[in-house]
Amino acid sequence: MSATPRDFAQLFDTTSPWLTGSGPHSEMVLSTRIRLARNLSEVPFTHRAREEQLYGVLASVSAAAQNSHSFHDGLLLRMNECTPIERQVLVERHLVSHELGDGARPRGILVAPDQRLSLMINEEDHLRLQSLTPGFQLAEAWSLSDRADDELNQSLEFAFSEEIGYLTSCPTNAGTGLRASVLIHLPALVLLEEIQRVLKSIMQVGLNVRGLYGEHSEVMGNLFQISNQTTLGRSERDSIDSLERVTRQIIETEERARERMLRDARVQIEDKVWRAYGTLRYCRSIHAREVINLCSAVRLGVAMELPGLCPLRTLNELLVLTQPAHLQRIHGAELSPADRNIVRAQLVRERLAAADHETGTNP
Amino acid sequence: MLCQICGKNPATVHFTEIHDNKMSEIHVCERCAEEKGMAASASQHKFEIADLLAGMVDAMTRTDEERVGHVQCPRCGLQYSSFKETGRLGCSECYTAFQFQLRPLLRRIHGDTRHRGKTPAHGSAGAERSRQIQRLHDDLQRAVEREEFEKAAQVRDEIRKLEAELQAERAATPSVERPS
Ligand SMILES: [Zn+2]
Ligand SMILES: [Zn+2]
Repeated sequence: MSATPRDFAQLFDTTSPWLTGSGPHSEMVLSTRIRLARNLSEVPFTHRAREEQLYGVLASVSAAAQNSHSFHDGLLLRMNECTPIERQVLVERHLVSHELGDGARPRGILVAPDQRLSLMINEEDHLRLQSLTPGFQLAEAWSLSDRADDELNQSLEFAFSEEIGYLTSCPTNAGTGLRASVLIHLPALVLLEEIQRVLKSIMQVGLNVRGLYGEHSEVMGNLFQISNQTTLGRSERDSIDSLERVTRQIIETEERARERMLRDARVQIEDKVWRAYGTLRYCRSIHAREVINLCSAVRLGVAMELPGLCPLRTLNELLVLTQPAHLQRIHGAELSPADRNIVRAQLVRERLAAADHETGTNP
Repeated sequence: MLCQICGKNPATVHFTEIHDNKMSEIHVCERCAEEKGMAASASQHKFEIADLLAGMVDAMTRTDEERVGHVQCPRCGLQYSSFKETGRLGCSECYTAFQFQLRPLLRRIHGDTRHRGKTPAHGSAGAERSRQIQRLHDDLQRAVEREEFEKAAQVRDEIRKLEAELQAERAATPSVERPS
């Protein structure tokens, strides 16, 4: 494991664990996330607290975290000390939310040494504890968060009532404050037009589904995020178990769809995969959305074990590195959208060439 | 309730989500859910908490509604009417101040009003042990549901052991009678 990042630059240079392509079912499930919302009982919720109260929250929470086993020696970044591009980089890495990313108030993010755990301070709730792990590993992600929550609770008094549970700024999170989610790749179900039926059945069992980079909720790259919907009336374990069960079913459904697809149209699928790879490998100007969609095809090829493609890790990294803020940070200057497309194409080519070189394969 | 997209068929698919800091609850029929794909309709049809609550105050007269709107949290000063606009409560005390208004809302959002998850650990080894016991009870319940009786028996033994230990500890330290 790499050393703890000491500052933003070092954090930027390391690959987030959720992008490593390791972990169970990582060819289909990119990442598993558990988020817990907590508030300090003595302070009004973030949007209603005075600035000095929020500075107090930032100080006491980061002190408590530094004293905890999980976050000891972690990296604290204050949002108001980050540049807009740095803040956006953190958003693109799924470390902070858009809300925290705006940086106007005393807010911060604490990243644990192994980077699987992070803690947003003064987001919508005072604490948003998040564990983000590669592949499909809800139990592991939950135990990381659960333990860190207990440790923080040793020195912080959380807003809690026996009846309603953990009290949150928005009543949709009250109770467990838990949001458990998986980011899953379902190309065969989309291609065979079975996805709507599957999404509908997911929602009928009380789970929520949305596309990747949810902002405009345009589903890109056949990536879907499935999460629990409610937080009151069920234990964390129950919520996580039902997400686990449903995700397993979806993995199976997608696998069966892939089998059928390959049985009926293997050549067409392989053609699609290699054309996608070829475009990525040799493009000279490319939009972020196109990268995401082409990476989806290549990811399918990797799952089919076609020889000569790049490792999953490269595909995962490309999803994040080709986002605007990452691109501009790597380039070291602001870029117009047109220039971004050129720089993006270059980065994609270089990464794929490097991956080729590493694995020593040549199609 | 009718579908919020076509307005014709009964809404059978329901979900809530946060978008641009607004809470939205969406009710659609199966056909529309299928046609739009929920991801898309979530952003196209935003319903604010005000809409969600609108149906609930229908039965009230205007004066009733004004009275409820003026209920104020004694600690942070938030008025209920302001919560209705933003969907955000002001502090933990708001949950008590607005409990009568919140209960039906929580039921609509979650289908329940009672917490069944973990409780704050806060300190002592005894608290940690009771939490462990709570977890084992969850395991036990699940094992029984899945008819894994061998596992259930194991878990039950573990619970008994822990409970005995916890009692022994309590007996040994009478000073924890009144936890601060
Ligand atoms: Zn409809
Ligand atoms: Zn209040």
